[in-house]
Amino acid sequence: MVFGALYFIVVFLALGLSAYFIIDKSGLGDPLQVVNGFMIYYLVVDLYIRYALQKMPIMNIRPLLYLPFRKKQVVQYSLGKTLFSFFNLMHAFFFIPFSIILLVEGYNPMGVVGWHLGIFALFFTNNFLNIMMNNKDSVFYPVIAVLVGLGISQYYGWFDITAYTVHLFDALYEQPLFAFLPWALLIFMIYAAFGYFKKHMYLDGGLATKQAVAKTENYTWLNRFGNLGIFLQNDIKLIRRNKRSKTTVIMSALFLFYGLLFFTNSIEAYDNPVWKIFAGIFVSGGFLFSFGQFVPSWDSSYYPLMMSQNIQYREYLSSKWYLVIIATILSTLVSAFYLYFGWEAYLAIVVGAIYNIGVNSYLVLWGGAYIKTPIDLTSNKKAFGDKQAFNTKTLLLTLPKLLLPLAVYALGHYLVNPTVGYILVALSGVIGFAFKEVVFRKIEKIYKKEKYKTLLAYKQKT
Amino acid sequence: MIKAENLSKTYGDQTVLNLENLDIPKGQSFGLVGNNGAGKTTFFSLLLDLIQPSSGKVLNNEIEIAQSEDWKPFTSAFIDESFLIGYLTPEEYFYFIGELRGRNKADVDAMLEPFEDFFHGEILGQKKYLRDLSKGNQKKVGIVASFIGDPEVIILDEPFANLDPTTQIRLKAIIRDLAANKDVTILVSSHDLMHVTEVCERIVVLNKGEIVKDIATSTETLKELESFFAG
Repeated sequence: MVFGALYFIVVFLALGLSAYFIIDKSGLGDPLQVVNGFMIYYLVVDLYIRYALQKMPIMNIRPLLYLPFRKKQVVQYSLGKTLFSFFNLMHAFFFIPFSIILLVEGYNPMGVVGWHLGIFALFFTNNFLNIMMNNKDSVFYPVIAVLVGLGISQYYGWFDITAYTVHLFDALYEQPLFAFLPWALLIFMIYAAFGYFKKHMYLDGGLATKQAVAKTENYTWLNRFGNLGIFLQNDIKLIRRNKRSKTTVIMSALFLFYGLLFFTNSIEAYDNPVWKIFAGIFVSGGFLFSFGQFVPSWDSSYYPLMMSQNIQYREYLSSKWYLVIIATILSTLVSAFYLYFGWEAYLAIVVGAIYNIGVNSYLVLWGGAYIKTPIDLTSNKKAFGDKQAFNTKTLLLTLPKLLLPLAVYALGHYLVNPTVGYILVALSGVIGFAFKEVVFRKIEKIYKKEKYKTLLAYKQKT
Repeated sequence: MIKAENLSKTYGDQTVLNLENLDIPKGQSFGLVGNNGAGKTTFFSLLLDLIQPSSGKVLNNEIEIAQSEDWKPFTSAFIDESFLIGYLTPEEYFYFIGELRGRNKADVDAMLEPFEDFFHGEILGQKKYLRDLSKGNQKKVGIVASFIGDPEVIILDEPFANLDPTTQIRLKAIIRDLAANKDVTILVSSHDLMHVTEVCERIVVLNKGEIVKDIATSTETLKELESFFAG
């Protein structure tokens, strides 16, 4: 999580320092007005991210119930704690530098202070809104639907909500006294959240863990694959029924669009033929990287069962391998829309897919043996990185995963021609595929060697 | 059936288990008692090759378990909730274990039928995932799943804990039935002296990793054990 936090701090800080000048230079208009225009989306996206990721204070209340505290104190403590959440502090890295730059650029100081404090209150309002929303799915999906609708209508110019909301945020600057309104709203939200929590502070009320209605499912069509089919059935259930794995699949779907950065020539630094292979690897391998790197951690909560049941390591590993391969092939098929950018763009993706199947699929399974981070399937905590996942062995393994295909391609591209470059990358994939048996024996050995350490590591709960 | 030779496990300078020689013949119902930290779970984990011994070895039906995986087809166990797959329904879990042990759906259904009483209508068809069941019901699922596929060795760690009185009595009957089958070797650990004396024909007492008593169960056994632990 530390790495993720650092990353966002750097991004927000960079945006806060540069946003003014970028907007100013691009001639979109007054930077403050432009920021205000997008503010409504910023706030809504913030709410969405909080909903998806911010950990709720309720789980920490349970142990406090039996201790000699007043209910009031417990609620105050748990709500107060959320104020210091990273999801609140993060925005300061954008708004503080941005506001300072506004002052330096000669904006009215009173206006900037009013604007800053007003926005500040709105983000904390989000914090409390999210706490109340988190218990209700019925609030969440309509909000998303409305948001998507507004985004589409703005894009096509039917209706632009920002044209109206921009005045709300502008008013904070033009008439600093208006900043009291968001503060009033925040205070109202604090009281509402406080009341809501106090009322629901019972084990079978607000503190109950949500239970999904379960349905027994049998993917009988998978039975024809024998033991492999059994594991695949389980993996599909694992992905569909757990929060953490669902997030991972959504993330890996986003990788499908990663190639747009490269093939639309929108970023100059990427305007190099070698980078196209890089894009191809990521577009087809989103699932391979995001899911595959955590094999066998996905099964961490019942690893002792897997290790003592009538299972051969080989079968277990190959079912994970097939899952990753199937996902890679699917991603490659879906990304056929890159044909729009010319057949060369899609060729890069297909070649990347062949390399993913033939080489990277082994490498992620191999690397997984060293990660040993137990995964709590039911929570999204740590979904965006974990320092234990970065160790020298896994870092070393990323070299052949990403850099080797680039080097192989460059060799063919610059020594002969692009076609030879593509052929060479694809060929290394095919060779890798041909050695499946040999490589699997090696990986199996590594897993066996690491078995006891892995079991021990999984025992320490997250 | 199960042999432990010079088996020991140490963490740092602390020895948690040290068994010179323990031989459990085929068909025996074997009870393991001892206070917390006596080494019961450590011993069971060693039998399942889940931890590595510091010295010695375990033989299961003449197979050295650290060297070959061939003991897995005829051995099954329920140690704790890490033997359950939380996101499956009980049915799915039973079928999954069944598939692993070469039993199809119909086999598993037939095998589960006699356990209807034991489940008390709280397990099958409940539309709940295992992670949402109560501790006691999770335990019932784990115990019954360990009987799937006619294993020859069954290892149950603290099977009576967390169960309600009715279920405890039913479980005792089930274990006695299994023990009557001379092909099944069953290993049970417990804190409850009365339960083990009722279902096991041999009881071994562990204390700080060492065997301090090894008794064939008789009418006197419970008294003997009680006086030992009162000591």
